[in-house]
Parts: sequence; C-alpha cells; structure tokens
Amino acid sequence: MRRVYVCGIGATPIGEHWELSLRDLMVLAAKKALEDSTLTKRDIEAVYIGNMSSGILQGQEHLGSLFATWFGIPGVSAQKCEAACASGGVAFHQAFLAVASGMYDVVVAMGVEKMSDGNTYDVTSALIMADDQEYVAFTGSSFVGLNALIYRRYMEKFNVKHEDIAMFAVHDHKYAVNNPLAQYRKAVTLETVLNSPIVADPLRLFECAPIGDGAAVVILCSEEVAKKYKSDRLVEVIASSVATDILSLHNRKDIVTLNATKLAMNKALKMSKLDLKDIDIVELHDAFTILGVIHLEDMGFAEKGKGWMLVKDGEIEKDGKIPTNLMGGLKARGHPVGATGIYEVIDVVTQLRGEGGRNQVDDAEIGLAQNVGGVGGTVTINLFRRL
Amino acid sequence: MKIKDVSIIGYGAYVPIFRIRDSEIARVWGRDPKRVPVNEKSVPGYDEDSLTMAVEATLNALKRSNISPDIIGAILVGSESPPYAVKPSATVIAEVLGVSRIVAVDMEFACRAGTTAMQNVIGMVGSDMIEAGIAIGTDTAQGRPGDELEYTAAAGAASYIISKSGNDDIARFEGSFSYVTDTPDFWRREGERFPCHGYRFTGEPAYFHHIYSAAKGLMDELGLKPQDFAHVVFHQPNVKFPIRIAKQLGFNKEQLKYGLLSGYIGNTYAAASLIGLANVLDNAKVGDRILVVSFGSGAGSDAFSIIVEDGILSKRDLAPKVFDYISRKKYIDYSIYSKFRRNIVM
Amino acid sequence: MNTFINSVPRSWRERKYKYRLIGGICKKCNATFYPYRGSCPYCGSDDIEEVNLPKKGRLISYTIIYSPPSEFRLKQPYIVGLIELEDGTRIIAQITDVDVNEVKDGIEVEAVFRRYREQGADGIIEYGIKFRPISD
Repeated sequence: MRRVYVCGIGATPIGEHWELSLRDLMVLAAKKALEDSTLTKRDIEAVYIGNMSSGILQGQEHLGSLFATWFGIPGVSAQKCEAACASGGVAFHQAFLAVASGMYDVVVAMGVEKMSDGNTYDVTSALIMADDQEYVAFTGSSFVGLNALIYRRYMEKFNVKHEDIAMFAVHDHKYAVNNPLAQYRKAVTLETVLNSPIVADPLRLFECAPIGDGAAVVILCSEEVAKKYKSDRLVEVIASSVATDILSLHNRKDIVTLNATKLAMNKALKMSKLDLKDIDIVELHDAFTILGVIHLEDMGFAEKGKGWMLVKDGEIEKDGKIPTNLMGGLKARGHPVGATGIYEVIDVVTQLRGEGGRNQVDDAEIGLAQNVGGVGGTVTINLFRRL
Repeated sequence: MKIKDVSIIGYGAYVPIFRIRDSEIARVWGRDPKRVPVNEKSVPGYDEDSLTMAVEATLNALKRSNISPDIIGAILVGSESPPYAVKPSATVIAEVLGVSRIVAVDMEFACRAGTTAMQNVIGMVGSDMIEAGIAIGTDTAQGRPGDELEYTAAAGAASYIISKSGNDDIARFEGSFSYVTDTPDFWRREGERFPCHGYRFTGEPAYFHHIYSAAKGLMDELGLKPQDFAHVVFHQPNVKFPIRIAKQLGFNKEQLKYGLLSGYIGNTYAAASLIGLANVLDNAKVGDRILVVSFGSGAGSDAFSIIVEDGILSKRDLAPKVFDYISRKKYIDYSIYSKFRRNIVM
Repeated sequence: MNTFINSVPRSWRERKYKYRLIGGICKKCNATFYPYRGSCPYCGSDDIEEVNLPKKGRLISYTIIYSPPSEFRLKQPYIVGLIELEDGTRIIAQITDVDVNEVKDGIEVEAVFRRYREQGADGIIEYGIKFRPISD
C-alpha cells in the first residue's frame, strides 16, 4: 500500500443556505479545497461523494456525474457513497483506498447534504431510514428516539445523571464560537440545554445535532504529488478503517456500547502501529450528547459507564488529557449528515496544521476522526499525522 | 329456526381502555349533564379500529376454546365501521390466526351484523360444511359531533367460536328466529362519514317492534315463556330501551342484570348484544337458559335461545372477562376524544 | 403522508412476521431474534427455524416521541420501547394504552394487535404488534 496525504481541504460554513443548492454546495467546497491544495481541476482523477439523503430530500441521485458536470470535470471517475451519517467517512475511506492502491494520484473525498429545504417531519422521516424501515421506522421511532433508548438505558445502568451527559453540548458550543465553519457560534449554558424542548424523551433539542446544509472536500494525494508541497501543511493519513455492527438496537446484546467503534478503532491502531496514548486530538461523532460519552468509552479513553467523567473533569478540553471536538463537534459545528465525516477530517487536519486559531491545541501531532452511521451500524475511524 | 347439535366452544370480548363521560360531552354542547343517555362510553384509542378490536376478542375466544386454529373453517365479521369501505377485515384476522383454507367475509347490517354472522356460522356448522367457525361483532361507532348519537356511540368487540356439540361446550344453541322489515330508522349513505337517524322514529316502529317480534317468534316456536330464561340480553343503544322492551316482553330486572352493559360502555353497535352475552356467560350457572335478541337498523332482529353447558366452568377463567375490560379504564376529555376519533379536521 | 413511495407489496410481504411475532432461532448458536431471517446475525449460520415468540415481556428502555416522522404526524406524543420478551428476545415496538406520564422502565407488557401507519388517507393501513402494560 502506498502512503496517502491530505493536500487540500475546503468546506462551506454549515447552516441554512437558502440561496445555495446541493450542486452549488459541492462546487463551492471543491473550489475552496483546490485553492487550498494549489492543484488544478485537471489533476483530479476520481471523486467519492458521501451523501445520505439527496434522493429523498432533493429528489436527486447520481451525484457523481452531477458534480463532475457542474464542476466542469466530466470524464473523471465519480460516485456517491452511502452509509447513513457515516457516508462522509466511507467516502473518505474509498478515496484513501483509491490512492493507497496505486490506482490514482489525486482523489477528491467529498461529503454533502442539503437538509434545510425539507420540513422537520420529512427530514425526520429521511433520517430514520438509517435503520430498518420495516421493523424500526415502522414503529414510528425517530432517529432521535433510538438514541433516546440508549440514553435512558445508560443512565439507568450506570446511575448517571442527565446533566452530566448534557454537558457535552455545552462543551461543543464553547469551541464552535471560534470556528468560522460552525453552524452555531454561540456558547450555551447547561441550564439552557436542560431547559430546551424535549424531542424524544429524555433527549432535549440542545442535546441533538441541528439540521443544516454543507459540503466539505478533502483532497488526497500520493507521495509523488505530495513532494511538491511544503511539509508543514501536509498531513498523512496513517490509518483508515470501517466496521459495521448489527443494524438495529433490538438485535444487539448491549445497547450502550457501539461495537463497530471498538472494531474500527482496533483496526486503525493496528494499521498505524500506534497506541491509544499516542493520539493527541479527537473529533468524535456526537450527534447526541449521549453518543459523545459512549464514544469516549468505546474508543478506549474511559471505562464503560465513566465517559461522562472525562467531560466533567475537563479532560476533553483544549488543555485536557484527550482534547476532543475542538471545532464544535456535531452539536455546534453542525451535522449535515452525509458531509459530517469530511468536516471531521477537516477539523482534525486544521488542528494538525496548527491553523486552529484560538482553539489550537499545542503540539498536536496525531489526530483521530470518528464518523458513525445509524446507531452505530457503521463506524469509520481515520488517523492522521502531522509531517 | 331449529338448531341441532351446535354449540359455543369459545367466547371472548374486548372493550378499549378509554372512556369519556357523557357529562363531558354535554359540557361541550351546553346540555344538562344529568340528562344524558349513559354515564360513560368506551372510546377506541388512536391506533384501534373495528379490526384490531376483533383480533383481541378472537384471541380471547381461542384461549377459551382449547382448539388449534387449524380446525376453523370460517371467519365472519359483522360490523358497520370497517377500516376499509372495500377490503375485508376477515382476511386480516385469518392472517393473524395463520389460517387460509377458510371462508372469510365481512357482513354489514347496522348493529345486527354480529348476530347474523353467528347465525351463518351456526348454519355452516349445522350443515357439516365446516367443523368450527368464528362469528364476530365489532364496531367503533361514530356519532356526529353534537348529535344525540355522540353520547352513546362506543367501541367494543365480541367473538364466538362455534362448533358441533361435544363434551366441552360452553353453551348450546337451542333455536334462533329472525324478523326483518324495510324500516329506515338509521343509515349511512356511501361516502358519508357519519350516519343519520330518524330521531324518535328509531323507537317504536324500529327497535321495539323488531325486538318484540323476534323474541315473541322465538319463544312461540320453542314453546318457551319469559320465566324459562335465567338471563336476557337485548341490543342496547342506551339504558332505557332494553329495560322497556324487557318489561314489554314480560322479563324482570333480575333477568337483565348481566346482559345490560350500555350504562358502563355505551352502545357498541354490532358488538352490543354479543358483549352482553359474554358477560352473562362470565356469570351464568350451568343449565341457565339465555335469550339474546339483537337489533339492526334498516331493520331486523335475530333472537337466540342458548343453554349454558358445563364446559363453562373450566373455560371461563382462561381469558379476561368482560368486567376485566370494563373496570380497567382511563378517562379522556373531549379534546383527546376528538383527536382519537380523528374529528379534528385540518 | 409518506416521504417515500407508497407500496403495498413492501408491507404485505412482512405480514406474517408483523402480525404474529414470528422470530428466528439459530440451530447452531441457539440465539433467537426478531424478525425471522435466513441467516443468524450473530454467528452467520444459515440453519434458522421460525419460532413463535412469547407475547409477554418487560420494558428495557423507552422514549416518548414528540417530533415524529411525517408518517406519524398528529399521533404525537407516543411511546416507543425496547422490550425484552420472556425468552430474552428483544423487539422495538410502540407501547400503547398508557399515558406518557405513566410509562416506566421495567414494567411488564403484553402484545396487542394495532394500527401503526397509513400509506396516505386513501392508501393501505399497516398493522402490527404493539405492547401494553399488563394490568394488575
């Protein structure tokens, strides 16, 4: 396998982009990433687009050709990758494989989602398609509802208080303030989070990632291409893994552990020959506060049932033991579902390049991005190293 | 109509958990809360219809029957409120039971359809067409908001498994009699959501005339007198009518004791007389003779004479009784009622 | 209103498992699961038999849906629960006939046949198993 490098990143801010279409978002993000990379359109050989719901929310599929046409690069290999909210992560994985295999030298990994055109009910319908339509969506559960089932079980099993989990949202908002790409650049108090409306009991609105639009692009290249760059802006992809779990919660023996995170994490550490303690920064997929806590445990940073303590003790802060979600996480940076996996990569790369501004972690060398589809039916882990 | 060697081998009832008090309905429409036809009526939940209620009643009946569904040869569903205008409920019930090689059909004759289903199954069993069959009466009756019927139109189901007489019968049919005329006292035109009725015309020429004629006809045919019956059950659109017809026919209040439930749950239409019969079976002694007379608008009555057999003793407790359902209840107000009945129009 | 295409056969072909609570039992690893499928989700064995699952169980976790998918609009609030049946098999289903203020973890529940969703006002009604608290 060849070494793979990130040589360009670019994204639209996440938000309600009333003036921008799905294709506009893709083109804008790709332009920014190309500018960042100093490559040209003609260098692009393949495109992998992470997207979950363009069909249901935009009436649009065939995003590969759509993007190639509107970006003016017809002829390239281009395709959509779908794994619910992990669509971005699996698109990145495909792009990584395409370069690592020796097939291509310059590949675009993109994520895009245009959600704000639909009303909340229809978007809720689209999102529950991440689970079994006939045996879970059929019951009327929303996707938030499934995470609420995990939440209640977790609190009961480990005797943890709601406010100790809800803290995760406060954490995310604090760091989103300084991220120009973030959807909500505003700090919130724990009281605000706990007093927000209930979406699916016990989950409150401010514990759930918002609905937003966005596109994000990472350009991957081979060592040969990378040699043309200044090394302090280059970041190497040192591991990329994908794992699945049984799709629905009722068929899993333990619903407070996402087994796919454990599997993907093991694969990634093995591939990079690193230990857990080598990881300096983490971007994790906290679509809901409870997931942030559970991910910290499943990745190995905390014992089962104790992930919330890391948050409470300040260990996931910029100067903590394991700085996490330093650009606002899913809650405040935003979660345009199929694009999120790529935004996470961009957040990690930004930190490793030392471009994190007021959120910059000192001497960050190794970074991890975790992207989750469904209630953990798919998990991707990507590891990066500053050169 | 003579009936030979046909018995009830299983019975089951169902009443939804929700109730609305007539005084609450009266509050909304400015009526004297004391001058209402029943105390309270059952209301189907948002996820219930005449089909789902029929399923629960039938599963209860099967529990009491001790038979495998495989011997069932017919499922006849009597209802005036099927979830579909076209598409049978009977096939869904058959699917729930896992049986396919059967006769399955829905029947409609206002509040009488359940007993007519029963007569048909008796005929099929008696003629050896089938070994056993299921007759169901089920309704989620709709009363137009503000109309007199809104105070009584309720929901419930009863299901009977009928078979050749054997050793383990719950009750045996002794005879049946039907009486019909063209009397349009209550109807619902195709495509209309709510039924219409003839107000005071629904009384004398309709309810009273038909029940009286069917009951008299049956007693004459069987040579029986009112005092030969331990229990009587009449169709019960309210509390007043059954008490009055009982008196007219020469029955006393004691005979009506277990068969009159409208004061607790309202008028359950096609299920009304059959739930009444179920409650009688929940309480009767072996050897008791029961008179059941239904009434369906349009108009007709079916009368049955039924004798309780000793199978009742071992089977009675195998499924929830009528009063188990009547006593578990949750009161709702008129707004929740309107939501459940889909009367909030957008 | 559905956000995705209405389809009678999509719902129809699951009717047996949805109406009768039929699960699978793996002849190799002994696991049971709902609904039935041809391969064991745990050990991958293709030696699976249909099994009638128990109709009673216990509520392991629940949520109250206040912001539903379009197909369930105007039914909110309603309860969705994770139920462990008497044999240990788990199922996600609605909890019915209980007020959102009364539902509690650990309550005993029993299967009932109810309406779930409709494919529009003129489309078919999809029925299935829900659970209600067992009354004392």
